Amino acid sequence: MINVRIFVTYKESVFDPQGETITEAIHSLGHDEVKQVHVGKFFDVQVDSSNKTVEKTIAEISEQLLVNFNLETYRYEIMEEA
Amino acid sequence: MKIAVVVFPGSNCDVDLYEALHTVCHADVEYVSHKQKNLTGFDAVMLPGGFSYGDYLRSGAIARFSNIMPAIVEFANEGKFVFGTCNGFQILTEAGLLPGALKKNNSLKFVCKEIELKVTNNQTPFTTQYKMGEHINLPIAHADGSYYAEKEVLEELEKNGQVVFRYMNENPNGSLNDIAGITNKKGNVLGMMPHPERAVEALLGNEDGLRLFKSLLANGKKKEEAAR
Repeated sequence: MINVRIFVTYKESVFDPQGETITEAIHSLGHDEVKQVHVGKFFDVQVDSSNKTVEKTIAEISEQLLVNFNLETYRYEIMEEA
Repeated sequence: MKIAVVVFPGSNCDVDLYEALHTVCHADVEYVSHKQKNLTGFDAVMLPGGFSYGDYLRSGAIARFSNIMPAIVEFANEGKFVFGTCNGFQILTEAGLLPGALKKNNSLKFVCKEIELKVTNNQTPFTTQYKMGEHINLPIAHADGSYYAEKEVLEELEKNGQVVFRYMNENPNGSLNDIAGITNKKGNVLGMMPHPERAVEALLGNEDGLRLFKSLLANGKKKEEAAR
């Protein structure tokens, strides 16, 4: 088993209203040094495969389901072999 | 002309669509379950509003995997009429039948009110009974209605006249170019965030949505006569 974490975020060109609102809230806490927050989501995926094929699996499920390429982009980290 | 109203788990405007067509327009309309695999015998398909599959992952994303979806894609590709309102619009973009995507409203709020729209193309099968540039009022009720597409896609939509409805006075969700509804390039697939099916009876306060269904029925009839 391989544990993979897939991160999905808006593309740079897409306005992220949640990130904007959270940034404003952080400023009201007094942390003006925080310049920007982007909100995204992550998926922890357990894959029963070898290191060789896991990348293909992740690319396919991301591109066909987890990510909407009109708005979003993704990256992933292979966490550890369980 | 026979019309299918597709019912997904979590659809909640399917009855409104059915009643608008059946009770108000006296059309031949039937519910079709998401479990079915074919649309044989139908001339138009309607995807209702609601929260299909709980809006899990993204609005409309999971509906794309239901049994009925390949038949809807084939139906659209054959040039038959496909209409999606609200969640139905989200499903059509997720399924790739319409370009772009619908994201969270800029306000982060669920907006539920009547809003002014401009008809910006009255040459589609869904809008022939409206005047070009006419202002109409329709209800909206959504949290994920902010239309987004890449710059090139937007330019293409504008150039081809695929923007059919645009928000007037107020943009309720942050949609680019004030887009409220678009068609595919061929014009046989329409998706829109507003709910015309909730505005079909003067007694209930508004009938600005009625002519969308009347246009479709008239154009369906024309198509049938031409095929004879």
